[in-house]
Amino acid sequence: MIASRGRLPEDRTTGWGLDRVTVRFGRLTALERVSLGVGAGAVTAVIGADAAGKTTLLRVLVGAVRPSEGRVRRPEKRQVGYMSAGSGTYGDLTVDENLAFAARAYGLSRGVARSRIGELLDRTDLMAARRRLAGLLSGGMRQKLALAVAIVHEPELVVLDEPTTGVDPVSRAELWRLIAELAAAGTAVLMATTYVDEAERAGSVLVLLRGRPLALGTPEEIRRAVPGELYELGGRIDDWRAWRRAGRWRVWSPDGRAPEGARLIEPDLEDGLVMAQLAYEASQPEVAA
Amino acid sequence: MSQMATMAVSRRFGAEYAVREVAMAVEPGEVVGLLGANGAGKTTLIRLALGLLRPTAGTVTLFGSPPSRDTRRRLGYVPQSLGLYEDLTVAENLAFAARAFGHRVVAARLDPEIRASARVLVRDLSLGLRRRVAFAAALAHDPELLVLDEPTSGVEPLARARLWETVRAGAERGAGVLATTHHMSEASECDRLVVMVSGRVVASGSAAAIMGGMQTVVVTAVRWEDAFAALDDRGLPVALVGRRLRIPDRPAADVDAALRGAEVEARLEVVPATFEEAFVALARQKVA
Repeated sequence: MIASRGRLPEDRTTGWGLDRVTVRFGRLTALERVSLGVGAGAVTAVIGADAAGKTTLLRVLVGAVRPSEGRVRRPEKRQVGYMSAGSGTYGDLTVDENLAFAARAYGLSRGVARSRIGELLDRTDLMAARRRLAGLLSGGMRQKLALAVAIVHEPELVVLDEPTTGVDPVSRAELWRLIAELAAAGTAVLMATTYVDEAERAGSVLVLLRGRPLALGTPEEIRRAVPGELYELGGRIDDWRAWRRAGRWRVWSPDGRAPEGARLIEPDLEDGLVMAQLAYEASQPEVAA
Repeated sequence: MSQMATMAVSRRFGAEYAVREVAMAVEPGEVVGLLGANGAGKTTLIRLALGLLRPTAGTVTLFGSPPSRDTRRRLGYVPQSLGLYEDLTVAENLAFAARAFGHRVVAARLDPEIRASARVLVRDLSLGLRRRVAFAAALAHDPELLVLDEPTSGVEPLARARLWETVRAGAERGAGVLATTHHMSEASECDRLVVMVSGRVVASGSAAAIMGGMQTVVVTAVRWEDAFAALDDRGLPVALVGRRLRIPDRPAADVDAALRGAEVEARLEVVPATFEEAFVALARQKVA
């Protein structure tokens, strides 16, 4: 773990997860010593920019990528549900056919499949669209179908790669309700996201920066892990630790001292991520400033 | 000062309207955020504003006249795909853009990290730096109107803040800015918002005006699972946030009744809604 001091919840490796996993693709290190626990009955989020290593991490957990180093704890294949980024449904099959295909692939009996598909169509509000081609659904509906396909066999571990990216807010709220229902029913859920407000909804969060773990813990723990204080300023100051947010300037003060005219504020997760990255960059001699 | 861009347009592709009766304007020094999901019509509207697409009905005016090569010179545009040549270096890309607009690259105006990467091929840059180079190329000729399609998609919070600082600096010099985003949390970076759903504008104005003081009930229960089930069963729009639940735009009494009905013990608190919550409530009202 980098750029944070004090207690690091690295021992929180209950349930499924990764233990000091490194993944190299040729000369490129996609993941470097990443540990993460994915507990049952909870939503765990991994957040990072494009190319931060989120998809690689998810693929390691589901067994599609073999780590170069480290260990992976996952249930047997039948108990894993995986929704890849950009869907994973067949556009030229109907909603029904997509679900039936997945049910058959997992060996569900015809009777079980029928009742399970009915239940999923109901929960995802896709009943009225069941005979439509998946390729003709709106983005939000297609993502709900992809989620239903990933959980048709009632897996213990559900892994979702950016299920809500680019989806309209109403569909996103519905997807989140489905995800919360899974967790409420005891499923272990791991999801990747680029949205901070979405990570804030998860029980615990792993922050990836260029393949490395920048922070891990509850949103609360992450915002408290960076040393120093956060201040809001009346106007702009020339300091690389200052940034603009919602029309005002904020500055991270590592030693806690208040700049002139500044007001102490409580960081939220977004501030915490900015501060963690600033702290990390300060620790890297060649990119500081 | 006069408006940078005004439009009152519809655009159809075949039988489908991508943009339907949308009227909007961008004033000098103002950042207008165009919010909506993928497929809501944001990119089509931007392409109409730039003159890259012709409206099926209505008109677009840039700096008081129809879009043309002359108006293009006064525009800066960063497309979603960034519009850089991946097999050219940073310096070559910037020089190419400068030549197209008839000026020279002023190295002193570039940020140090871009200057340090001048001889690097664009395809070897990190995505965040690539985006900043695209911004530098689009801003070098001091455009009066800046058009940005998903400028912060897929970047981390610090890089996002830096990009918005660049956008804001442009507005402070007097440029009008039209930027699309599907990050609802970025509403707070804009002076004014235009919210699109299925090709139509469903709300516009300041974030505060759109939200209209909407409130959210926050529920803290010993077992969130029980509270979630109780509220979900009653059809309340419940969202899980950490171990708390949020129910936007519903009276606290309704939430309380649902919890009592299921004998779930919980603490209730009423807080201001987020922009996303307000948007969802708005969109649901329109549908209902």
